[in-house]
Amino acid sequence: MEKFRANLMLCAGTGCVASGTTKVRDALRDEIQKRGLDEEIKIVLTGCNGYCAEGPVLSVYPDEIFYQKLTVEEIPKLVEEHFLKGRPYEKLMFKEPEKKTAIPMMKDIPFFKHQVLRVLRNKGLIDPEKIEEYIARDGYQAAAKALTQMTQEDIIKVIKDSGLRGRGGAGFPTGLKWDFASKVKSDIKYMLCNGDEGDPGAFMDRSVMEADPHSVIEGMIIGARAIGAHHGYIYVRAEYPLAVKRLQLAIDQATEAGLLGNNILDTGFDFKLEIYLGAGAFVCGEETALMRSLEGKRGMPRPRPPFPAHKGLWDKPSVLNNVETLAQIAPIILNGSDWYRSLGTEKSTGTKVFALTGAINNVGLVEVPMGIPLRTIIYDIGGGPKKGRKFKAVQLGGPSGGCIPESLLDIPVTYEDIVATGAIVGSGGMVVMDDNTCMVGTAKFFLEFTADESCGKCTPCRVGTKILLDMLTDITEGRGKEGDMETLEDLGRDIIATSLCGLGQTAPNPVLTTIKYFRDEYESHIKHKWCKAGVCRSLTTFWIDEKMCKGCGACLRGCPSKAIMGEKKKPHKIIQELCVRCRSCYEACKFKSIKILPANFEGDPSELVGVTTETETKKGES
Amino acid sequence: MPRLKIEDLQKIKEKHKADFALREGGYRAKVTVHMGTCGIAAGARNVMTALMDEIAKANRSDVIVTTSGCAGLCAREPLATVEIMNQSPVKYCDLSDEKIREIFKEHILGGNPVEKYALVMGSETTY
Repeated sequence: MEKFRANLMLCAGTGCVASGTTKVRDALRDEIQKRGLDEEIKIVLTGCNGYCAEGPVLSVYPDEIFYQKLTVEEIPKLVEEHFLKGRPYEKLMFKEPEKKTAIPMMKDIPFFKHQVLRVLRNKGLIDPEKIEEYIARDGYQAAAKALTQMTQEDIIKVIKDSGLRGRGGAGFPTGLKWDFASKVKSDIKYMLCNGDEGDPGAFMDRSVMEADPHSVIEGMIIGARAIGAHHGYIYVRAEYPLAVKRLQLAIDQATEAGLLGNNILDTGFDFKLEIYLGAGAFVCGEETALMRSLEGKRGMPRPRPPFPAHKGLWDKPSVLNNVETLAQIAPIILNGSDWYRSLGTEKSTGTKVFALTGAINNVGLVEVPMGIPLRTIIYDIGGGPKKGRKFKAVQLGGPSGGCIPESLLDIPVTYEDIVATGAIVGSGGMVVMDDNTCMVGTAKFFLEFTADESCGKCTPCRVGTKILLDMLTDITEGRGKEGDMETLEDLGRDIIATSLCGLGQTAPNPVLTTIKYFRDEYESHIKHKWCKAGVCRSLTTFWIDEKMCKGCGACLRGCPSKAIMGEKKKPHKIIQELCVRCRSCYEACKFKSIKILPANFEGDPSELVGVTTETETKKGES
Repeated sequence: MPRLKIEDLQKIKEKHKADFALREGGYRAKVTVHMGTCGIAAGARNVMTALMDEIAKANRSDVIVTTSGCAGLCAREPLATVEIMNQSPVKYCDLSDEKIREIFKEHILGGNPVEKYALVMGSETTY
């Protein structure tokens, strides 16, 4: 019988694999063998641990020591020190930015400390490719309970009472959705899973599918039982190869073990599950478009009603739930609705997973109770903006969401409070932006995406998003004119009011929220032809304040167009005719002597010096 | 894997208990084998192997084994510390293959410290 004294849980999520997990695994295995420890120490490859910024990451049990940024070169030393001699290896431990002391244990690291894991309950603790490991963590117990001890009504009641709402973006109560579908009489019904995660910067669902595919399958079995479906599909985008591979493996294993297919666990219940690959169209994340795509047709939404609970896939009653929603089901069945409601607020219960990314120290996947302030997520878990820069905005909900400014960071993260700001919780993408970001440019970025992804069915969305985009492009290139903001707002509201599906109904949100919270930036672009963040090249002049320049030469060395001249230790100068406005001098200067002025600025720049930095400018204008 | 029945789920869980006791915590006893240079030279590796063998034979999932560096008393190596939850830890010295097997049966499983091999009782806990 094999018995190990330690388990090394090495992250093999997409992020860590890209950072080199495979080579690290080989080196670790070879070194452990070389030291004769292979019968004592077991290496387990897990799904995404969540702390992608520090990958490849490794958790050592039972010591609970967390190692980060592993390299092949460090492996021999790590094995010798920790696994042979029992001295945890400090060099690879986590250190807080700007502090030197190492934090050895995972539970003490701020990124992990504030999280509550329900959806991600098995993250980093099981090998997602082994069904036994999922079962060892109470896997399929909830399915067994739902199939033997509960009626359809019992299941629906628990889910309704739990207050669970769809985690894909709209936040519709899951129990209610199941209730509608269960009451419709039909020979065939479908239980569907939406794994078509499309928001730029969002990767919650991918992580769940990679790290814990059986949790999604179990949620689907329970849902199928609740509504009386015997067929199901998981719609996953083809750009998620690892998720597809692990889901397929999980379906095969579950089918072999009699947990899918006919007569599940000898209970007489049948449920067959298949994967359908999506081609990556953003609109196919919308439920009616997803169902058309599943039927083999062009993915376009259709009007509701009839709702999918009555006429969905192939016009049969269907329920479509998001990956994260389904991963919440099994623990609710096992622990009850009160347990689920013990976290979160009255209307937004439980936990939500967020993909934290952008200009922030701790990029990664975090699960927190709903209702905690945005500030806690960004500063306590995320560690604040990188390099001590100033926070400007956080973008929630992807292209359908909006930008929330610093002044609103203390609002609780609930469906209602976030909607009140003009953004949405959405699927959970959270992109942090610092003062180097141009908000007009940000709105333009998202409009480029939605204008490109609009399916073309509704004119307001197809043509409207293009007009919004053209206007934003004009503003960022210096062709903005008086009245543009009003037109943007007016058109934006029209697109929202007249589009059929969620894509068009939310596409103007990035424009509307940036105008609402960063109006001065639009004005500065339009009236003064001045992008104060120095991002829009047509609206920027870089200028060196000779009084502050130390002549260190950092800007000169970094300039790709040789537009900077000056002798050592003497103030430097930018030759405007040669400057391509790439910002590299601005980033390189340690003395803040490079100032951002309006386009084609003529006259005495020193007059503007006092008002050239972002914060100072605001003071100057008010 | 053959088709499962409901009761099989619990059996699989039991079978994997040892690994998950490591990962989830919740063990009853912890043995630290001191494996500094001195300990290894004095035969700590054999002690460790014997201990792992006993745990495997007894099929116990509530006992975990870790290593640590030199305990500072190089002359009395190999050393090992046995900590049963909520009891005083016991440090054993001059260990061998046979002695650790006896300690496993008497102290770790039986709950009675083996005084004749003990160096000190009631030293610092590490859990």
